[in-house]
Amino acid sequence: MLLEATQVAIERGDRRLLSGVDLSVTAGEIWQLVGANGVGKTSLLRGLAGVARLGVTGEIRHATAVLYMGHASALKLGLSAVDNLRWHPAGDVTTSAGQICEALSAVNLAGYEYRPVGALSAGQQRRVALARLLLSDAPLWLLDEPFTALDVAGCEWLEACVRGHVNGGGATVFTSHQPSRFGALQQDLDLGQYAV
Amino acid sequence: MTSPADVANPLLFFFMVITLFPLGLGPDPARLATLAPGVLWVVALLASLMVSAKLFASDFEDGSLEQLALAPYPLAVTALAEVSAHWLATGFLLALVSPIFGVMLGLPEEGLLTLLVSLLLGTVCLTLIGALGSALTVNIRRGGLLLSLLIIPLNVPVLIFGTTAVREAVLGGNPESWLALLGGLALGSVVVVPLAIGAALRVSLDS
Repeated sequence: MLLEATQVAIERGDRRLLSGVDLSVTAGEIWQLVGANGVGKTSLLRGLAGVARLGVTGEIRHATAVLYMGHASALKLGLSAVDNLRWHPAGDVTTSAGQICEALSAVNLAGYEYRPVGALSAGQQRRVALARLLLSDAPLWLLDEPFTALDVAGCEWLEACVRGHVNGGGATVFTSHQPSRFGALQQDLDLGQYAV
Repeated sequence: MTSPADVANPLLFFFMVITLFPLGLGPDPARLATLAPGVLWVVALLASLMVSAKLFASDFEDGSLEQLALAPYPLAVTALAEVSAHWLATGFLLALVSPIFGVMLGLPEEGLLTLLVSLLLGTVCLTLIGALGSALTVNIRRGGLLLSLLIIPLNVPVLIFGTTAVREAVLGGNPESWLALLGGLALGSVVVVPLAIGAALRVSLDS
């Protein structure tokens, strides 16, 4: 069991978005949170990750470290890609410059390692952020709209990356408006039924 | 706090305002000297306010704050580390160069060392208070006015202790007791304010 959430309710400001959400994620599973805009997908994911705490009630337990990626890429535009990837809370192990360059060339950014991230395009910045997936050893990935701003090849790379992670004993929970990217491998959690 | 402009801005602001004062008030050295402690301290306060008020803004916007919140140590510790780095690049430098600006305003020699020490201690408080304001208003669009209303009153005691210390030193009085009060405030702030910043960041991340 990598993540166990029971009877989770999410409030935002003074408005209750979701209540009674149950989700348990075990190794090898891919979960997609689906629902209309504004239903609370991002809020739930932030709650599951532990970013937001005050508006979250119910029980959320992680067995292990979590890698969370939000809408914002958490990149400093003035720093190079390598400097940006040097630290991340989900990768407590220190990564060497060699490992980082390897991860960057895996996301097709060889040659951009030491350019300031601000000089890259939106899609390339997204790729830099996604390179964190390769550098982290966290078994549970929580990804908020990971396919945004990626081109077709990028989406395919990310799909393969998630599949590889899950086959290696990890698990992924993600949000997306594109249906069933992972076919039979994934399970959907429709948040519409928990909406208040 | 990575671009050189962020470090240079408060120093440049300090320099420009201090050079404007003799132009506005007239070059009479005696009058400048009596006004110097207050002027130097007020300008230092504004320079510090200007930069520390935006301390967490970029971290909030680019999502780094979310990641810091997930790090395996309390947010208060992260906040203290960030504020310390910020202080070294702003308040500390401001205090170090302040004697030069003191000379520019004709502050008597006896006051220069006290000015330096009082600003070293005082900017610790100012930076921490500014960071607290920044943490509280980081998710409010155009929170600038609210921020000033929140933190200027908290800065007043620091300003009073600081200017009084410098004035006492110039008049040959006893600046040590005022510096001791400032030191007490600084130490107290270092212990208490990061906890408040951590809690404020949690609230800001939540909405």
